[in-house]
Amino acid sequence: MREAVSRHVRDGQSLYLAGFTHLIPFSFGHEIIRQERRHLTLCRATPDLVYDQMIAAGVADRVVFSYAGNPGVGLLHCFRRAVEGGLIEIEEYSHFELLGRLQAAASGLPFWPLLALDNDLTRQRGRPVVESPFGPERVAVVEPLRPDVTLVHAHMADEDGNVYSWGLLGDVREAALAADKVLVSVEEILPVEALREQRDHLLLPGFRVTALALEPWGAHPSYVQGRYDRDQLFYQEWDHLSRDPVEATAWLERFVLAVADRRAYLDLFQPERLELLRRAAGDG
Amino acid sequence: MDESRRRDMAVVGARLLRDRERVLVGVGMPNLAANLAKRVHAPELVLIYESGVIDARPPRLPLSIGDPDLVRTSLCTLPMTDLFSQYLQTGWIDVGFLGGAQVDRRGNLNSTVIGSYRSPEVRLAGSGGAADIASFSKRTLIVMPHEPKRFPEQVDFVTSPGHRDGRVQGRGPSHVITDLGLLDFDERGEMRLVATHRGVTVDEVLERTGFSLQVSSEVGEIPAPTAEELAAYRELAGRPS
Repeated sequence: MREAVSRHVRDGQSLYLAGFTHLIPFSFGHEIIRQERRHLTLCRATPDLVYDQMIAAGVADRVVFSYAGNPGVGLLHCFRRAVEGGLIEIEEYSHFELLGRLQAAASGLPFWPLLALDNDLTRQRGRPVVESPFGPERVAVVEPLRPDVTLVHAHMADEDGNVYSWGLLGDVREAALAADKVLVSVEEILPVEALREQRDHLLLPGFRVTALALEPWGAHPSYVQGRYDRDQLFYQEWDHLSRDPVEATAWLERFVLAVADRRAYLDLFQPERLELLRRAAGDG
Repeated sequence: MDESRRRDMAVVGARLLRDRERVLVGVGMPNLAANLAKRVHAPELVLIYESGVIDARPPRLPLSIGDPDLVRTSLCTLPMTDLFSQYLQTGWIDVGFLGGAQVDRRGNLNSTVIGSYRSPEVRLAGSGGAADIASFSKRTLIVMPHEPKRFPEQVDFVTSPGHRDGRVQGRGPSHVITDLGLLDFDERGEMRLVATHRGVTVDEVLERTGFSLQVSSEVGEIPAPTAEELAAYRELAGRPS
């Protein structure tokens, strides 16, 4: 984890931390904060708490996104303060448009077509269209989004770096394939033979993976289907504490900056709390 | 908002969903109403979430639209790109069920910003899938607390288009559900009051609407929640996730 970030994540880059509600690579986000990267462009459909924390830590100049809320709870207070205070630039889309941008990059195309949306975002951004060569239609297009580095958390990998995952994959595959460099953390690494039959769950072949880190609980307070459930309580706690910038900074100090790694972070939570999340996840 | 008004909104929202419809469910009150419908009168309602979850049957009210409970009880989960392009854009979603911060007389919905976009008073979460859902669903339902600043003449920002040029397909918003009553849209796409909750007067609704609202010639009273609806609501709302 530490080495993957120090070798591959540079100041000023654009990053995409993938995962929609599920599989959010919080551990990578925290490591980037600890290594004090600056002037990053943070791309994600849903910035979620991971970008709220990274914004509060001062790593970002710019955010590319489509839904900047705390899912099911409310707003992202650090994001909101930074936007209202003019501290970060934003570039905003609908989910469909942002996914289209990833698809374009992942497919090596100069644009991605979708039926034209008419709203104030598309009006202020301009609405580029192409004429269909096959009929009278005019189709809207979005430009590729090619992050310098995409960061992914997944269930497991084999020793060759082939990555396996399942459940809600959201934007993960497109986001990973849109970038040249893909850093992956996983809950578990197994011998090659052990996973060879899991081909339906292959997320990324090893040759698309730049670096792999073993990082149990790497998605907490997000979740890994069948391993541990979403820590709903934390999402509510963050809503409360992040309303005050001083409290948000104090949280980052204690849970991110003052800890050496993921294990030390987990030690700050009651073992019963983590055990409950693990048990709630069952087998599926 | 007091709990009984919140409950009445959920009940009315639920009643507007028909069994076997495919509904793309937004976060918050739409989620509550759709789950209520499925428990009361629409057991075959297909709950779809923009996270990619198809046909969820959650045992509890999910907190977010990407909850593990939704995935565990789903028919399948699709990559989001597949859901948006192959199911939503192609017209396979019957109902888009959305909330927001403001709605205007044409049913344009704002969930992006209060004030100006460049120097916002309040920066909200933004579209997510809302702009896409409003543009491509066969019809949309909107749910909103009834306050003057939430019902302005024109929304500060059109996140999701209502009855105006440029919606791609579908009939646009069919109803707005509030804690005071139920509104629909006339043939010109103008919002109109059609019913109130028990004990709410038409004047009260007009006072709490920021534009001059049309009133249907016969404003009905919304029937009280049934025992079955009350029981299902208590079970859902009492135990968020």
